[in-house]
Amino acid sequence: MSTFTVGEELTPLTIDVTRDQLVRYAGASLDFNPIHWNEAFAKEVGLPDVIAHGMLTMALGARLVTDWLGDPGRLVDYFARFTRPVVVPNQGAATIEFTGKVAVVNDDGTARVDITAKFEGKAVLGKAQAVVRT
Amino acid sequence: MALDQSFTGRVYPPTSTYEVSREKIREFADALGDTNPLYRDPEAAKAAGYPDVIAPPTFLTIINLASINAIVSDPELGLDYSRMVHGDQRFTYTRPVHAGDVLSLTTHIDNIMARAGNDFINLRAEISGADGGLIATTNAQLVVRGEDA
Repeated sequence: MSTFTVGEELTPLTIDVTRDQLVRYAGASLDFNPIHWNEAFAKEVGLPDVIAHGMLTMALGARLVTDWLGDPGRLVDYFARFTRPVVVPNQGAATIEFTGKVAVVNDDGTARVDITAKFEGKAVLGKAQAVVRT
Repeated sequence: MALDQSFTGRVYPPTSTYEVSREKIREFADALGDTNPLYRDPEAAKAAGYPDVIAPPTFLTIINLASINAIVSDPELGLDYSRMVHGDQRFTYTRPVHAGDVLSLTTHIDNIMARAGNDFINLRAEISGADGGLIATTNAQLVVRGEDA
């Protein structure tokens, strides 16, 4: 794409996060905090169950943007606040719905994409924004 | 317990380098279920103008997290790891990381503050390549929940 248009919506991305994926992500990212794979430990520290890595949710939010860009190297800045845990059950999956749209086009041709990530209808990332270039 | 504010401004120089491999990038992309060819196919990456396959935007969490864990486990800082949560994260890229990069990371404690019974610590890491040029900067805010929070 040559230019960005304010208001353009990205193709939504829905991800079913499973325990299997948490273990894969733990190994890939080297984040072995047991709250992400050990149910007994998670409950001992006051969580309802195992929760997804915030960084996994953030990474999947980036995927929404890079799927749209095609070339992931065009994402030049990415921020997210971790506002709410994604609880992942032993059976089945936790479904996270990602949406995004172009919020601002800057004078230098870059654009700011605002991303939402919802689990059980509530936002799990706050102020998630990516800056992209053409 | 409040964090030792005198840690603000501390700089942690690189203790080792991290060599980015095609296999680790593919493993990371697999964990995200991401089939983008620029993460997997060196020819596709070259056609897009990169020297080798590139890494997903949050790939640097691998070395960023290791650095964070090393810093927050310093007993003199006084941080209770069991009460710590990741508040926010930023990645700013000069260029994408690619396979073959040999990365060095320098971490700074930018700020420590207490607010509403919680402690906040802001860390910044500068990640450079073998030639010393800056590739990316990461910023993380960690929150340590107070005893009553």
